[in-house]
Amino acid sequence: MAELSVAVPRRAPRDFAGLWIGPPLLILAGLFLYPLALILRETLTGGTAVLSLGHFAEVLGSALFRTALYHTIIIALGSTAGCLALGFVFSLIIAFVPFPGARLLARLIDTFIALPTFLIALALTFIYGSAGLLNEGLMRLLHLDLPPIDFLYSQWGVILSEITVYTPFVMRPLLASFSLIEPAQIEVASSLGARPFRIIRQIILPAALPALLAGGSLCLLLTVNEFGIVLFIGAKDVITLPLLIYDKAIQEFDYTTACVIAVANIGLSLGLFSLYRLAVSRFEDRRHAGLV
Amino acid sequence: MLVWSRSGRRLAWFLAALLFAVIYGLPIAMIALASISGQWNGVLPSHLTLMHFANSVQGESGDQLRVSIMTGAIASAVALVSGTCAALALRRIAGAPKRLLDAIFFIPSAVPSVSVGLGLLVAFSQPPVLLNGTTLIVVIAHFVLISAFTYGSVSAGLGRLAPDYEQVAESLGARAFYRLRRVTLPLVAPYLIAAFSLSFAFSMGELGATVMVYPPGWVTLPVGIFSLSDRGAIFDAAALTIILAVTTLIVLIGLSRVSTKAAVR
Repeated sequence: MAELSVAVPRRAPRDFAGLWIGPPLLILAGLFLYPLALILRETLTGGTAVLSLGHFAEVLGSALFRTALYHTIIIALGSTAGCLALGFVFSLIIAFVPFPGARLLARLIDTFIALPTFLIALALTFIYGSAGLLNEGLMRLLHLDLPPIDFLYSQWGVILSEITVYTPFVMRPLLASFSLIEPAQIEVASSLGARPFRIIRQIILPAALPALLAGGSLCLLLTVNEFGIVLFIGAKDVITLPLLIYDKAIQEFDYTTACVIAVANIGLSLGLFSLYRLAVSRFEDRRHAGLV
Repeated sequence: MLVWSRSGRRLAWFLAALLFAVIYGLPIAMIALASISGQWNGVLPSHLTLMHFANSVQGESGDQLRVSIMTGAIASAVALVSGTCAALALRRIAGAPKRLLDAIFFIPSAVPSVSVGLGLLVAFSQPPVLLNGTTLIVVIAHFVLISAFTYGSVSAGLGRLAPDYEQVAESLGARAFYRLRRVTLPLVAPYLIAAFSLSFAFSMGELGATVMVYPPGWVTLPVGIFSLSDRGAIFDAAALTIILAVTTLIVLIGLSRVSTKAAVR
């Protein structure tokens, strides 16, 4: 479609409409690219006039940074795996074991995308927190003095919140790819005696692979960048890169360290973003070719 | 239909319902309950109250809601204009420059919000432009973060547009601006509205960039909710979160109504 629409001005080369790219590009350059460049400059100068890679080496070698990077990656991988599994199960049932209200349920889960991420982190403290529903219930039931369940204020609490928040992002492409599977294909397979698990493995999973890749890489990107959930869970020993940037810049006024960590974080995010764009373009290609 | 036996289907539905209830239903129910609970020392609150909501509408929380709505509306409106402008202009550009520019307009959505905030803080705390401590820097942060959404949404809409209408209008002698105003923009209106609602919703819940740049006089609702919950006033925080979510959903539903009407016309 895009090729078709650019074909028009080529026939009539009197058109300068492309120049309208100028104003939005200038705005973005001034408000986004210029600040990014200054972050990079700060990491090299540290606020002085001397250029050096010393700040980089110092911060990237520190235990604080490495622990934060480790937590960020573990939380992102764990949450993404959870989102893929949960999103696959939900989408499978909505698409292939339909029930009255299945579409409504899909749309309900979809509205979660619009809600602030920290809503879930706050809500989970009322359920799994030390004075929450589950702990109070178990303490009364078993006559305990201390709350028995204590996972919320650890990386598991962050992972559970992020799975809840980001599963809808996996379901969108999955439901789209499921809607393109020919129902007759599944009916024939099952009338030939294939069990549901075999149908899932041999028909549905291969068809859903590009959608899983696209949704999974988006999840990785969003969970690496997530800030609100980690801040609200507030576990002392769960520091991720975005949280460390906030701590350094706002609590300690150490802009140089914050900038170095930001450069590392942005690098990681841009890598994941390229992965996502690649996955999406493959997903779209297969969809256009009628393969998905 | 994947599962043919009645019992198998029932089992699948039961499992899905249980998962949904535990993962989505329970948290929503509990935060709603917390927002109206008076005292909560046992398993469930001992009595219910609307006090937390009363606290929210008056005093500083009311101001924070207003700040959030204004920030969201202004940032989304500006992002809509600039994103539409970029998406329209990019239709007239081809090849490698197009791909490069397209990527540039998408990149703000990939950069972590805290880093966007840090960048603005570093860039505008020094000459030539000093914006640190102003209201404007919060709006700018929100604009940068949502600009990719609006751009992506509008360019997706333009991509799906059949070129016939515009070509017919052109062959009938319609000037470029007239064509844009009377043909192209009305045709993509549903996408424009969707872009605005998506960015407004995102802005209402934005926290990462805002905590980096906000001045004391322009506190958005998520920042207010965090400081309440940090102080241990979690029931007030829950009530404010409910208000934030409901306001966002009302705006979304309202705009999607307008959007359906625009599509029908």
